[in-house]
This record gives sequence, structure tokens and C-alpha cells, in this order.
Amino acid sequence: MAGHRRSGPRWPFGLRYLCSELLRRARRTLLSAAGLGLGVGLVMVVSAVSAGADRAQSSVLRSLYGVGTQLTVDQPMRSVGALQDSSHALTGTLEPLPPSQAATISALPHVAAASGGLQLAELTQSGALFSRTRVDGVDPAQVAPGPLAAADVVAGRMLAAADTTRKVAVLDGGYATAQHLSVGSTVTVAGAPFEVVGIVKRSQEIGSADVYLPLAAAQTLARAPDGRPFADRVNVVYAAADSASHVADVQRAIVHLLPTATVTGADAEANAVTGSLRQAADLIGELGTWVAAAALTMASVVAGLFIVGGVAARLRELGTLKALGWPAGRIAGQVIGESAAIGVLGAIAGAIAGLAGIALVGALAPTLSATVPQDPQSIQSSTVAVHLAPHADAALIAGAALLAVLGGVLGGAVAAWRAARLQPAVAFTRIA
Amino acid sequence: MYTLSSVTKTYHRGREGTVTAVDGVDLVIADGDWLAIKGRTGSGKSTLLQLLGAMHRPDRGAVEFDGRDLAGLREAELTRVRGEAIGFVFQTFNLIPTLSALENVEAALVPLRLPGAERQTRAAAALADVGLADRARHLPSELSGGQQQRVGIARALVKQPRVLLADEPTGNLDTATRDEILALLETLWRERDLTLVVVTHDADVSERARRVAVMDAGRLAVVVGSEGN
Repeated sequence: MAGHRRSGPRWPFGLRYLCSELLRRARRTLLSAAGLGLGVGLVMVVSAVSAGADRAQSSVLRSLYGVGTQLTVDQPMRSVGALQDSSHALTGTLEPLPPSQAATISALPHVAAASGGLQLAELTQSGALFSRTRVDGVDPAQVAPGPLAAADVVAGRMLAAADTTRKVAVLDGGYATAQHLSVGSTVTVAGAPFEVVGIVKRSQEIGSADVYLPLAAAQTLARAPDGRPFADRVNVVYAAADSASHVADVQRAIVHLLPTATVTGADAEANAVTGSLRQAADLIGELGTWVAAAALTMASVVAGLFIVGGVAARLRELGTLKALGWPAGRIAGQVIGESAAIGVLGAIAGAIAGLAGIALVGALAPTLSATVPQDPQSIQSSTVAVHLAPHADAALIAGAALLAVLGGVLGGAVAAWRAARLQPAVAFTRIA
Repeated sequence: MYTLSSVTKTYHRGREGTVTAVDGVDLVIADGDWLAIKGRTGSGKSTLLQLLGAMHRPDRGAVEFDGRDLAGLREAELTRVRGEAIGFVFQTFNLIPTLSALENVEAALVPLRLPGAERQTRAAAALADVGLADRARHLPSELSGGQQQRVGIARALVKQPRVLLADEPTGNLDTATRDEILALLETLWRERDLTLVVVTHDADVSERARRVAVMDAGRLAVVVGSEGN
């Protein structure tokens, strides 16, 4: 009597029947699940690589601009020629904003902090050549959010609250080296001397400004594009959202508050990234997504064909159930249940294949390069090396699993429809 | 039990056109009757059995079952009639190969929505009635042809139907096993006051029946014997 079934009679009948069918057609079950799993695994790998590329870009940008949760609010100059026409040496590169703007923005929901600043440029002439020095006015009492938020002090110190009324400056490392300046030196801006108290460096050796001055000093020296003093006005506000998930909400609120302002967040900064990292991200985003979608569709179709084929091979069996009085809905439910179970197996197979593929890509992915402008207004750029690390989280795995089950159910729906429409007389077919 | 009046059933078969499988049949089957339906292949006897089994509606005429015309019932009602009142026995047994003998019998009770424990108790009792109590956990592939047909009979009778419709029930069995199955059917027919309708080619089967109907080209050519048990 070896081999007879000992399955637990306490299980619901439909579940016992379902398990029996899947085991009986083990090859078909495994092929269907493997097909779904392959498609789902590919979707997982593409999504994880895409997420990895996004995170790599964010990482580059965060180290450069301190972005992530940070937003920059400004208004472009109304007159393109304002800077060049100005007779003043230190001129704002953006339209002035009311002094209360930072306080207004900081009061918005989900804004952790906001501070005003100045983005200035000093043009100096040496013979026939003009050189441009980028000067930022920074609130010494609140350097974050702001251009110094992601900077590392390599010599001296950072600007502090006590510097608000002092004539001190912090220099970018590259500028200090080029100008042979160090801590304790004097740097001249718009004819005024400032003591260098610190040298800063971006982690990726790319800086946005050459000289950072206390905001009050910068406001005293600079002229707006309209030729008027800045007085207590600013031309940029740096805002930080309380979490990355609220960046978009904060961005929308600021746009609503200041319809004419330009609000630059991580997304806009990401567009400034070029190089093989950007190419990889674009390729994954455009081609990879389609490949993954096509693979999943094909996998669902193949699984569906297997399931439909399985029903075709069971016509007499299902017809017998109809002859026994099983309602069409019960038979369809049985078929759908079987295909959903195949989908679950496909989800498990897909998760395993996906995680293995992600690990493989992480191990074999070449180092990519990201080329980033030195600051949003600059045409100069620098290139940094980035390792692409695919990123998979629980939501991705859950989503992929759901896709597999959905693929199985969709594939089974056709088979179930066919099974439900079977005539009970099929039971009398004498072909074994 | 059954009253068939001018029952006609046609099929549309592509290039062959329309085929009249059952053509104007009038037939009365009383409670407790044992009717054998004979005829050549294609004579319409299986279609007649399927009409009796609420699997088809006639194109014309009436198939009254306990006073209800099956032609007027909706699909769900026909399904309910099959599930509650009619048992089927098939030539090729039609057991689900992945389910045990007990589960195959239990499958017939699923439409009745009985509690699981009651289903299993009744299925086990039905298997015992056909002498297979010790084979309850066996798969069909582990049973002989005769044993499989016994499981098929247990499955047909477990819901205690009033009528048993059998399509060549001994067609796939050797002579000795055929006699065992016929003896079992006859015993169950007597003990349970069943109405038994058997489609057969086998003269030995029709000889045991109380009445014999002969089908020819969709028509009921002759009925031998008297109505009643």
C-alpha cells in the first residue's frame, strides 16, 4: 500500500484539491512559477539598479550642494545685462527678495529651517581680461541650510554667530590655493579687506562660491541688479524640509507662496548631473523599465498559457465536477486559486532571483562617473567617480511579489473563464 | 419520475451542419424503474442520458423531472438538480487522479455545503457500502478498474440521489469485474429504491434491466418491458 495519500483530512477540501493539482503537475507548476519569477526578478533588478542610480546621484548632489532635504528659492534677474551694465564691483546675480522672506518660508508646514543669503559676483579687470569671483553672503548664525551646510572645514573655523558684524571671510579651498591665501590672510572684496578665518572644502572637491562673507557685510558692499544697495534684502533663501518625504510638499507650498520664484530641489539638481552615471540612470529609466515590463508581460503570458493548457488537459475532470453539481463559480475559483498559488511560488522564485541578480550587479557593476556643475550658475564642472550600488527595500520586494501573484491570477482568469463555461456533458467524453 | 414529451435535441457541427441527436422522443420512467438504453454508436442514447441528467435543455419538447420541466430551468437551477438529485456513473470512472478514493467521493458532497466532518463521515460510509472501506486513502492509480468503478458508484450514491444515470458502467471492465459491478448496482437499486437508467452496448447488462429502450437515429425505436419495479 506504499504511496497512497496521507494528506490531512482536516484541511478544507478546496485547499487539498489545490495542493494535489499543483503537486500532480509539478513540472507545469514549476515552469509557470519560474517564468513568472524570471520576469519579477528582472523587474526587481531593474528597479533596484534604478533606485541605486538615483541614490548615487542624490549622494553626489548632497555632498556638493547639501541637497536632499534642502531647497533653494530665488528669482532670476529680470534684465540679463544688469550684471554687466553695473558699475559696481560686487553685484547680485539674482533679483532681490524681501527681508521677511526667510521667516515666511520657515513658518510653512514641514519646513525645519530657512535662512536668507546673497549670491554675488565680483568682476575684476586685468588688462583686457575680466575675472569673476563668486561671493556668497551667509547668515553666520545659521549656516545650515545654506551653501556651507555640506562643507568641511580644512583650516581655521566656520563662520559663527559672533561673526555677524565682523569683517571676516571663509574661503573655498580651491580659491584659497589659487590666490595663495590661508587662515589669517586678508582677502579683499569690493575694495574692503576681510580676515580669512577658515578654509572649507566640499567632500567632492567642488565648491559653489569662492568667498563666503557674513550676510550683513555682504549686504553693505553689494548692489542689486537695479543699482540700489541690498540693505537688509537677500536674493536667495535656503530652506530645509523636516524629512525627505516632505520635500515635494514644501516645494509646492513655496511655489504657492511665491509664484514667480524658482524653487530648486534635488530633482532639479539631479538634472545637472551628467556623465556615465546619468547615462546609466537614463538607460535604466527608459530602456530598462520597458525591458522589465516586457519581460513581466511575457512571463505572465507564458504562465497564462501554461495554466490555460493545464485546464485544457483537465476538461473531463472539470466537466465531471460540473456534472456532480459544482457551480461554475466554484470551479472558476478553484482554477484561480491554483494560478494564484503558482503566482505565490513565482513571487518567491522572483524574490530569490531578484535578490541574487541585485547582488550580482552590485558585485560586477563598473564604477561610473558623475559630472556636476560647480554651482547652478556655473558652466564649469567637475567629475567624480561613483560606485553604483543597486538598492532593494521591502516595498520593492513586496511590489514584485504582488506583480507575480497578479500575473498568475490574470493568467488564470482566462483559464477560469474557460473552465466556468464548460458543459457538464464533457464528462462523458470517452477520450482518456 | 421522468416524463419526456416530443423531446428533440440538435447540435450544430460546423461543416456537417445540424445533427439531430434526439428526435421527438416520448418516454416515461417511473420511480424505482431500471431502464437500459441500447443502440448503435451515434444513435442518440448518450444525448438522451444527458438530457435526463439535466446537462442539456431540449430544443423542443419537455423533460419533466418530478413534475418540473428541466427545459424551463436556469443554468444554476440545473446545476442544483444535478448536485442534489442525480447521481452519475461514467464508463471511464472519471475519478480525479490526485485525490484519494475518500476525497473523490467527498467531491460529490461539495455542492451540498455540508460541514467537512459530515462530508467525510458520509464519504467513508459510502465507500464501505461498496466494499472499499480499506481503500479510502488510496489514489485511483492504486486501485483496480473494478475498484475505481466502485469508487465512482460510491461517489454517485453518497448524496443519496433519487436517480442513478450510468453511461456504459461496465464498458472498461473484464467479464468477472463486470458481473461484480452489475451485482452491486442491482443490490443498491433494490436496497435504496433507486431509479436506474443505464446506457449500454452489453446484452448482459440490458438483460438484467426491467425495461430496455432501443434508440435508432435519434428516435426511440422500441421499449421492451413494463414500467415499474
